[in-house]
Amino acid sequence: MRPALKSALIWLAAMAVGLWLIYSQARFNADMSFFLPSEPTPEQQVLVDQIREGAVTRLLMAAISGGDAQRRAALSQALRQQLLQTEHFISVENGVQESLDRDRDLLLAHRYVLSPAVTPERFTEAGLRAAITDSVDFLLSPLGALFKPYLTRDPTGELPTLIRQLNASAQPASRHGVWVSPDGERAVLLAQTRALGSDTDGQEAALNAFNAAFAALSPRFGDDFRLTLSGPGKFAVDARATIKDDIQRLTLISMLAIFAVLFTVYRSARLILLSLLPILSGVVAGVLAVALAYGTVFGITVGFGAALIGEAVDYSTYYFVQSGRSGVAAWRHRFWPTVRLGVLTSVFGFAALLFSGFPGLAQLGLYSIAGVVAAALVARYTLPDLAGPLPGRLAERPPLALNWICALPRARWPMLVLALVALTYIVVERQTLWQADISALSTVSTADARADGELRSDLGTADSRYFVVVRAADQESVLQAAEQAAARLEPLVADGTLAGYDSPTRFLPSQATQAARRAALPEPGELARRLQDASEGLPLSAARLQAFIDDVAAARVAPVLTREALAGSHLELAVSALTLHNEHGWSVLLPLHPAAGGDLSIPVARVQAALAGSDALFIDMKGEFDALYASYLDEAILLSLAGVAAVLLTLAVVLRQPRRFVTVTLPLVLAVLFVVAGLHLAGQALHLLHLIGLLLIVAVGSNYSLFFDLAEDGRHDPGTLNSTLIATLTTAIGFGTLALSQVPVLQAIGVTVGPGALIVFLLSAMFAPRRISQGC
Amino acid sequence: MRRALLCCLFACLAPLPAAAFDLGDLMRHLVAHPGGKARFVETKHLAVLDQPLVARGEMTYTPPGRLEKRTLSPKQETLLLEGNRLSLQRDRQTLSIDLASQPQALAFIDSIRGILAGNRQALEQNYSLHLAGRLDQWTLTLLPRDMKIAELVLRITVQGSRGQLRAIEYLQADGDRTELRIEPSGGQ
Repeated sequence: MRPALKSALIWLAAMAVGLWLIYSQARFNADMSFFLPSEPTPEQQVLVDQIREGAVTRLLMAAISGGDAQRRAALSQALRQQLLQTEHFISVENGVQESLDRDRDLLLAHRYVLSPAVTPERFTEAGLRAAITDSVDFLLSPLGALFKPYLTRDPTGELPTLIRQLNASAQPASRHGVWVSPDGERAVLLAQTRALGSDTDGQEAALNAFNAAFAALSPRFGDDFRLTLSGPGKFAVDARATIKDDIQRLTLISMLAIFAVLFTVYRSARLILLSLLPILSGVVAGVLAVALAYGTVFGITVGFGAALIGEAVDYSTYYFVQSGRSGVAAWRHRFWPTVRLGVLTSVFGFAALLFSGFPGLAQLGLYSIAGVVAAALVARYTLPDLAGPLPGRLAERPPLALNWICALPRARWPMLVLALVALTYIVVERQTLWQADISALSTVSTADARADGELRSDLGTADSRYFVVVRAADQESVLQAAEQAAARLEPLVADGTLAGYDSPTRFLPSQATQAARRAALPEPGELARRLQDASEGLPLSAARLQAFIDDVAAARVAPVLTREALAGSHLELAVSALTLHNEHGWSVLLPLHPAAGGDLSIPVARVQAALAGSDALFIDMKGEFDALYASYLDEAILLSLAGVAAVLLTLAVVLRQPRRFVTVTLPLVLAVLFVVAGLHLAGQALHLLHLIGLLLIVAVGSNYSLFFDLAEDGRHDPGTLNSTLIATLTTAIGFGTLALSQVPVLQAIGVTVGPGALIVFLLSAMFAPRRISQGC
Repeated sequence: MRRALLCCLFACLAPLPAAAFDLGDLMRHLVAHPGGKARFVETKHLAVLDQPLVARGEMTYTPPGRLEKRTLSPKQETLLLEGNRLSLQRDRQTLSIDLASQPQALAFIDSIRGILAGNRQALEQNYSLHLAGRLDQWTLTLLPRDMKIAELVLRITVQGSRGQLRAIEYLQADGDRTELRIEPSGGQ
């Protein structure tokens, strides 16, 4: 068999296996998991669970604007009816009264197991007398008058107690029977999707159903309505679309630009097609490695492939341009060691990322290592056989842009001065360089974030920041734990430290609590006797209270109240919003409401003191996010330093002579300085991914400065210079394309590494030993 | 010139005492009332109770739209009406209601507000008005025009003297009745 055919078959077979493995093993996902810690602390686990499966992630908020208030209200009603017909939503709320009637009926029916006021003392003669007196007095209040119809069934006033808990949070304003924004200009709705927040397909289907229903219904009421949707699900769907769009767009741009460069050099379709081999191999190897190691491949990782194209193509460039005159064997002998060293430094740089607890970074690292190694190996072993004899003209061609490359060394001293200026600038500005906020990494645009904020304030669904979390193995235990935590929070509510808290046990008490409350109810004959004495002299006589005695008798023998019994009510929504069941067991959230006024923060120490000795966790979501980001940043600093150290150490070991080491590394160090100063000057607040970009400048840039070192032996030739220039250009294009990304993670790497690679090349030419300039 | 003359003529006529006491006169007196503080006694006659309930407290009216009703016994409660916002404070809890969200409650509240402010137009929007008595001792009866309001209240009877309210009685659709007696305590 001819070597070319054999190589081609081996390559094709390897690619086929790789693609099949990817197809069968890889799951692609574009959700927040990219940013979530791989080994979370218990507090972070709560964060992760909430972001993946929490009920808040099912929230979809909608606003209808345009038209007039009456037609908006009618459209809001029609939309709600229509959406409830689809299977996408658990609930659609728009303020309609009828949906509240079911809650009231449930509360009334189960009041004796739900009300925290039900204790044996309350059903003594004195307790009954006090409770009835209160209820009667309450009739004088406009609020109490609402409960007049229930007085004879509920003379102890359990229903008002329960309703007060239900209405703890502010309701949106309403006009013409539906919820509206405070200015009345928008009708607002609040839906819960059936799909989990982490199920982006399900979220997308729900969004499409919402939009379709609006498109179908709104023309019946007028032609000037607009629909605004927002919520975690919409953000996830948008983010995925953005990343998908980025992958296609960036890959196309980077491919076209790189091929344009290659075409001006090669003028051969065959060589350009052959250049694809290392690229495709690199991408397949990268995705496969990530899929096998992590199972899930993040969309952002695939998007990063656009940058890797620029580097993977380098290896074919080196071979095509450098080996033209001397042949394969000579290339392998003379150039391959340098290429290999470049691969090694890149791999060491990327390897630092593998140790990151930030799963996105670890994936990028593995993807890059596998991609670079595969591309280099294909260029070394497969490409020469497939390409056959190469046209010598590629190596013979006079160096591109030789004139100004030759002129560069004259600028050495000014450049060193400039570097000093950049360093001073960085030192002076060091306080404002970094953005210490995880929102820097979010794909949510500021316009979308503002729309979301407006809808949240219209609907009164502000993000909760503080939670107490309890966990247990089963539902009964977790509800009991929640009740114990609630008991510890009560004193804080009583003394005004907290305005209040929510708990699912308000509407679904543990069976133990239900049993205790049931046991507090006296049997009918006894109750009637006590009522007789208790109501002595009160305006409400015992004779009118037969309905009360009947209800208490029924409650004594009623079955345990279960979640199923609450189905379809707001009570069930409240319970499921705060209860989470997954493979880690059961957990219950108790959101804390800060006391009114002040800065709406909560005295953390007092809550922690109140919970001390219990298993309940106090969590400040914002604090956790900030801490998470800070830990990523600390870790990234450490890993970057380790990566840079690994690259420098490799170079030191291989190059040996201090002079060569300085020649190779000085451009890298200066490039990092210039890029940091330049980005800050351009107004970019640096974050975690810029830092990683700096590491990549060192890891990738060392490839190019090494070729200038190679020329030091005096054996440099136009082919070396040309191939280095082309390789730098394609890499700068590959990474530079990422700067166009709408995904902040990719954009940051792009604006850092793209210019960085070019600067390394220029500085390498500038600080190359004198002898290279003798070639000028 | 002629218009100025006419105006002058009407201006001269206006202060003359009207032959009979009518709604227009009452409204003028109500508008002119400077507001102030008053004690109140509220008595509720409810079918479900054997005895009427009695609440006592103070109310403060600041024209044109602010009314505070502070119940002192049997239990403290403060009700504040300001613009379209009704807030109720009881047991350390504050409940705030946007009246524009509750058209029927708004119509009901507007009856009190309309009387206090002497806003005949607002009153006639929801009620038909019947006035009896004389300036020093008048009785104004409001009968709801809207069926939705009639489901809440059958009749509102207001008694007063000149611009000062003395008593309000609400007769509810279920037969229960509330009487509010007002005793001005002077001062703002």
